[in-house]
Amino acid sequence: MLAWTIYISFLGVLVLMLLPKGNARAARSIALLTAIAGFVIALTGTLQLKPGSEIATVAKLNWIPSLGIDFFLAADGISLTLVLLTGIAAVAGILFSWNIEHRVKEFFAFYLALIGGVYGVFISFDLFLLFVFYELAIIPKYFLIAIWGSTRKEYGAMKLALYSFVGSAMVLIGIVAAYVVAGSKTMSLLELAKYPFPEHFQYWAFPLVFVGFAILAGLWPFHTWAPTGHVAAPTAASMLLAGVVMKLGAYGCLRVAMTLFPLGLVAWRNEIALLAVIGIVYGAMVALVQKDFKFVIGYSSVSHMGFVLLGLVTLNEIGLSGAVLQMFSHGIIASLLFAVVGRMVYDRTHTRDLAALEGMNLAKAMPFAAMTFVVASVASMGLPGFSGFVAELQVLIGAWQAFPTFAVLAGGGILIGMAYTLRVLQKAFFGDVITDVSPQQNEEESAALSRAQPHPLEPISIPERIGAVILMATTLVIGLYPRLLLDLIVSSFSSPLFEGLRKGGLF
Amino acid sequence: MNYFELLKLAMPETILVIAALAVLAVDLGVMRAEALQYRMLLSALISCVGCVAAIFWMFNIEQHANFLNGSGMLVVDPLTQLVKEALLVLTVFTVVISIESNFTDHVGEYFALLLMATVGMMFLVSSENILMIFVSLELTSLSLYILTAFNKQNIKSAEAALKYFLFGGMAAAFTLFGLSLLYGLTGEVNLIQIALKLKGTGLDPLLIVAIVMTIIGLGFKVAAVPFHLWAPDAYEGAPTPSAAFIASGSKVASFFIAAKVMMLGFAGVEGSAAWRDYASGWVPVVAIGAALSMLLGNLVAIVQSSVKRLLAYSAIAHAGYMLLAVLSHDKAAVASLIYYAVTYGLTTIGAFGVVAVVENGAGDDKLIRFAGLSRRAPVVAFCMMIFMLSLAGIPPLAGFFGKFYLFAAALGTDPKNLGLLWLVAFAIAMSVVSLFYYLQVLKQIYVVDSPVKAPALHTPMASKVALSLLAAGVLVLGAAPNLLLERLLAAIKSVGY
Repeated sequence: MLAWTIYISFLGVLVLMLLPKGNARAARSIALLTAIAGFVIALTGTLQLKPGSEIATVAKLNWIPSLGIDFFLAADGISLTLVLLTGIAAVAGILFSWNIEHRVKEFFAFYLALIGGVYGVFISFDLFLLFVFYELAIIPKYFLIAIWGSTRKEYGAMKLALYSFVGSAMVLIGIVAAYVVAGSKTMSLLELAKYPFPEHFQYWAFPLVFVGFAILAGLWPFHTWAPTGHVAAPTAASMLLAGVVMKLGAYGCLRVAMTLFPLGLVAWRNEIALLAVIGIVYGAMVALVQKDFKFVIGYSSVSHMGFVLLGLVTLNEIGLSGAVLQMFSHGIIASLLFAVVGRMVYDRTHTRDLAALEGMNLAKAMPFAAMTFVVASVASMGLPGFSGFVAELQVLIGAWQAFPTFAVLAGGGILIGMAYTLRVLQKAFFGDVITDVSPQQNEEESAALSRAQPHPLEPISIPERIGAVILMATTLVIGLYPRLLLDLIVSSFSSPLFEGLRKGGLF
Repeated sequence: MNYFELLKLAMPETILVIAALAVLAVDLGVMRAEALQYRMLLSALISCVGCVAAIFWMFNIEQHANFLNGSGMLVVDPLTQLVKEALLVLTVFTVVISIESNFTDHVGEYFALLLMATVGMMFLVSSENILMIFVSLELTSLSLYILTAFNKQNIKSAEAALKYFLFGGMAAAFTLFGLSLLYGLTGEVNLIQIALKLKGTGLDPLLIVAIVMTIIGLGFKVAAVPFHLWAPDAYEGAPTPSAAFIASGSKVASFFIAAKVMMLGFAGVEGSAAWRDYASGWVPVVAIGAALSMLLGNLVAIVQSSVKRLLAYSAIAHAGYMLLAVLSHDKAAVASLIYYAVTYGLTTIGAFGVVAVVENGAGDDKLIRFAGLSRRAPVVAFCMMIFMLSLAGIPPLAGFFGKFYLFAAALGTDPKNLGLLWLVAFAIAMSVVSLFYYLQVLKQIYVVDSPVKAPALHTPMASKVALSLLAAGVLVLGAAPNLLLERLLAAIKSVGY
């Protein structure tokens, strides 16, 4: 059943490609239907499988028998959590790109191809297959940004593609070597996780594979693709980038690097925790001084993904499950933030400059956008009641047990997070400086202002409202009743896949 | 010696020679006065029929023979038959993308030479005898020189052919010198006998000279650094279908024979290119060539503005990857080499086919001529996307599985110490670089808007069909590599390397 999330996405791509030219409405509807179908399948799959400590096999076929490569799809609670996230983010992303008019068909074809690849990564339990889907997701990102993006789009797109490809090249070296060392007989994650790789091998293979994946998760100092990529991307693409694609990286770290090379993990965990904490604090501090609205959100993503990485290397159950929950939570919240910035604000005001936005008094002009952004920022700051709170709290508790100093620093990161979120909230929506803008100082901005004033902003459309409500409801529901996901997540850490980690007494 | 038996073994080659003569006779005798278009069509048809007939012959009649008392003059076994079938498929596609071109009115000669070159490659593939190898190498090369020079209106074509010819002649001399030393050392012309005689003698200086000379000759054929200088000019100047053929069919045959000569002929003097475990022999020499090819090919491709030159440098880089398989010299490595070379051949013909379409419309093959292709010719543009991404090694296309299998095979020769890891890691790093320039092409096609005055693009039906088939082939072979791999492994097993 769950396998159909992948098939239906690529089916959607095929249908869109065969669609005759000029059918923008049909293209949108097909894309939306495909995404909804994907989400429904993901949801029913989750309800149906309800995996405990078992890993539920979804599909297993011989693919390349002579190399021991199978078409092996399976799911545990971690996969299911992220598949659900992908379903929700995909639907929301399409709702927020309803206004795309330029090459509509191609846009949604690339979009669905990306979604299909992401679904594939989350439910592949054959390393080769996982890698295939992982790389499959790189190319659509490039085109989505380069064709439909804004600010320095070709630069941002190429930077993103190359960073991703460098990461996957590192991963490829590691997994080919692991495959060969284990006897070139199998690519199944479950089998390879059982194989005792020699310690000196793990010592170099672990950082290679972990960092390779973590590049996509925004690990400092390899995060620089993220802000530029997010800023250059069209709204739906930045929602997916921050919401789902960065999770691909974190998921790879957990699923591949950590389960295959537990000894390497022990050797390197302090260094990785340090980088993660630097990412949290640095991302937050840089977000504090940005002038561009979208850059603020871009750097905040780096900061929040730092929590995921920190949670992963705490290696205790609470930290690990917090990390997975944070992947879900940040996926939803970042999507919401980018939706407000990219679609609701930028598409209407045509500026993301905070100083210019300050004079527009957007809270009056677009109350719905302001309300959405308030909810999103509150969730992002980690206020109780929203998913971010539960997730980051768990990570902090886990980190407190593992690395107390880092936990304190990460807590400091949360404080800075509140500062930049409140700053941007105030500047973008509740600015009250409309009379204070002195024309001689800010000619350009006031020009933008006078251009903006006579034309009232187009009202928030229905698809946007639906999309925003879906995302807000999700973060609220998970925040109020996190067990919905935590039950799934926690039980999956007792599966045989994590035996290597457990055996080492790591959690 | 039984002539009937020889004829039966060499039937596919014979069919092709007959087809070549038929093309000549028909075109010169009957079609002389007709319009170019019809002459092209008919000649292409005859050539295709010849190729397809030869494929069918081999498909249906599986033979296993080493002609003339095991001298290796003509070795027919499942493996060589498989490679020959692949060569013929590549030839058919080359013929099809040539149909609409108008660079020559010597139609009969063009197709006849194409077929003769294929015959040369087929003999080359099925030979384990240094005399026969040299003869068929020359048959192939001479035909290819002429094919390069075929565009008589274009001075670049003549220049390219002259360059190709001079370098080629020099390389042939090196090969001949190397092979004659080998004969002098052992008194044998059969590769397997040579290896037996060489066993235990160690690396004497004369043998080193022989090895280096042979590698120079073969390195020229596969366009590996530092013997690559002819490739960019030849690819750019030659008529596009000829370039496609040089880049695909000739590559496959040359790599197959290079692997055979090194693995069979120089068995026992491999040496080792493993990290911290160096031992002299032919492997380290090839390893250096491989590393240099990947480095230079990928870096220089970045700055090219002509797509054909870009493809030439990318071909040099790919030669580097394939040399990695040659120097791994075991069963899995041979399988990965053939898989890689064949899928690479299909992809390259496709890429050149797209270049030919654009060139016919726009006059040259500059990168900027591809701007906005996705809106002017969506099908062709999509095919080009598949070809470029496959060359870059993006799954699920054939180029990805080819690379994966090749790297796994190279590491698998020494699973304990992973001796070749340095070269594999380098190759993977370099393939990251390659994504950049392949994306530059795709950026022009998909992202950049076409110039306002861009001429309308006419895509001939035949090209469209051929390109779509090629793209489908690249996709299918990538998503289901077993289709080719299973036959390949069975063939290798039956040969017993």
